[in-house]
Amino acid sequence: MVNLNVDINGLKLKNPVLTASGTFGFGLEYADFVDLERLGGFIVKGTTLNPREGNPYPRMAETASGMLNAVGLQNKGVDYFCKENYPQLKDLKTNVLVNVSGSCIEDYVETARRIGELPNIPAIELNISCPNVKEGGMAFGTDPKSAGEVVAAVRKAYGKHLMVKLSPNVTNIVSIAKAVEDAGADSVSLVNTFLGMAIDVRTRRPKLSTITGGMSGPAIKPIAVRMVWQVAHNVKIPVCGLGGIVTAEDAIEFLLAGASCIQVGTANFLYPDATVRVLDGIELYCEKYGVKDISELIGGMKQ
Amino acid sequence: MSKKVIRDLRVIGNERIGGSFFMLTLQSEDALPVIMPAQFAEVKINNSVGTFLRRPISIHDVDYDKQTIQLLVKIAGDGTATLAHLREGDLLNVVFPLGNTFALPLSGRVLLVGGGVGVAPLLFTARYMQRFGFRPDILLGYRSKSNILRKEVYEKFGNVFYSTDDGSFGEKGTVMQHSIFNSENFPYTEILACGPEPMMRALAKWALEHKVECEVSLENKMACGIGACLCCVQNTKDGHKCVCTEGPVFNVKQLLW
Repeated sequence: MVNLNVDINGLKLKNPVLTASGTFGFGLEYADFVDLERLGGFIVKGTTLNPREGNPYPRMAETASGMLNAVGLQNKGVDYFCKENYPQLKDLKTNVLVNVSGSCIEDYVETARRIGELPNIPAIELNISCPNVKEGGMAFGTDPKSAGEVVAAVRKAYGKHLMVKLSPNVTNIVSIAKAVEDAGADSVSLVNTFLGMAIDVRTRRPKLSTITGGMSGPAIKPIAVRMVWQVAHNVKIPVCGLGGIVTAEDAIEFLLAGASCIQVGTANFLYPDATVRVLDGIELYCEKYGVKDISELIGGMKQ
Repeated sequence: MSKKVIRDLRVIGNERIGGSFFMLTLQSEDALPVIMPAQFAEVKINNSVGTFLRRPISIHDVDYDKQTIQLLVKIAGDGTATLAHLREGDLLNVVFPLGNTFALPLSGRVLLVGGGVGVAPLLFTARYMQRFGFRPDILLGYRSKSNILRKEVYEKFGNVFYSTDDGSFGEKGTVMQHSIFNSENFPYTEILACGPEPMMRALAKWALEHKVECEVSLENKMACGIGACLCCVQNTKDGHKCVCTEGPVFNVKQLLW
């Protein structure tokens, strides 16, 4: 038996497999395909203080080994989550994390505070990296000072595990990670999507209603692994790695680069059972290579 | 709705049925889940470099005894072109059945309206209705006589009327120019439709003006197919709705067309 337990700065996961926010709905969408309680946890759709309709259709464009999205944080707001979604999730024997987003610091703080009152949500993932909203979102995550400010403000209002999701659309992701660490984050997750765009050459129009959108999928994986490796070697808090993970090998690459846990994202759209495929594959890999404890892999790249 | 499954289905038939259309017959090793009219499958396409996401394809017909589903597909790009080359014995990874269904009425007269590849889900719809003693009338619009798909099969389940753009079969013009919509008396209480968006918009406008119940099946671009990614949204009177789970069927009264 392989020990797959990981402790993310106090957040205990039965295995390192989480899901990326926005790719796993509220979990129950996947219940026909995945035994949700097998997962280390899942991170539900980005939640804001007030309901948001999101961006107009079209919001998605397929790209080579990936996709662009411009959903724009469509969600029914934090109160709806607390009243309607939470009761359906609270008794699951896994970690349900809520991704929290906002357009100003006060919104982030108030949303985090309300989620903090839910006893069975052990952590939030603070989204300072959404590229698809006009105000806030990525704007907070691309500057060390503003990233630190929003994290510090939420830290005061939220006592449980605070994971902060970083944007890759920066010149130096390490400086942002350090600022977030100094402001009191318990862990960081990276990367969110890369800003991209695509044009329909037949109509000469952008493929997304917002012109630009967030790029995800296997095409971004090598860049994400590089950023995880850079950040993991420069901060003390744990790193949750994501970006293009489809297979167990992908996940293990992130662990070897220094991630303590990983998130499966866009792959959920390709294979609705991708998370358990990754989990089974990690276990097989460990057995095959004589890994007794998953911690042997974390930061285990040889040089 | 019944449980969704992800399964490798075996290709037991891949038949060219004229022009850029082909029909895949896929067999499941296990019993099929219950499938409703207008539901669709998300098909994983391998060996196509430019195809990353699954392709949503409506379920054309179902045979529970043989454990087969049929997909009627139009070659629209690299992904569907790759499917056209599948051979008997190949495996195809499919997530199904997805989406809602037509609100099939228990009384009254139903007209099914299809255009182009949009005719695909109407065959299973008509077959399903037959089980409950209904024989719908079916109006199918095509470019030309040579584009008509599986004529005899449709005619088994309903009284079929045709319109062709060039007048080579049935009445000349679009489905909306067909005499069904242009005579004094419209005998139907409900219209169920699938086809190109301009056709469905014109139909929706007509149905609202004439106060006839009308449902249309949409095909927005989608990723997950199960209501998680929120990419395929349609703007409705109640805000953005996922075509994959809250559709593909919408009552035209809900749409902001």
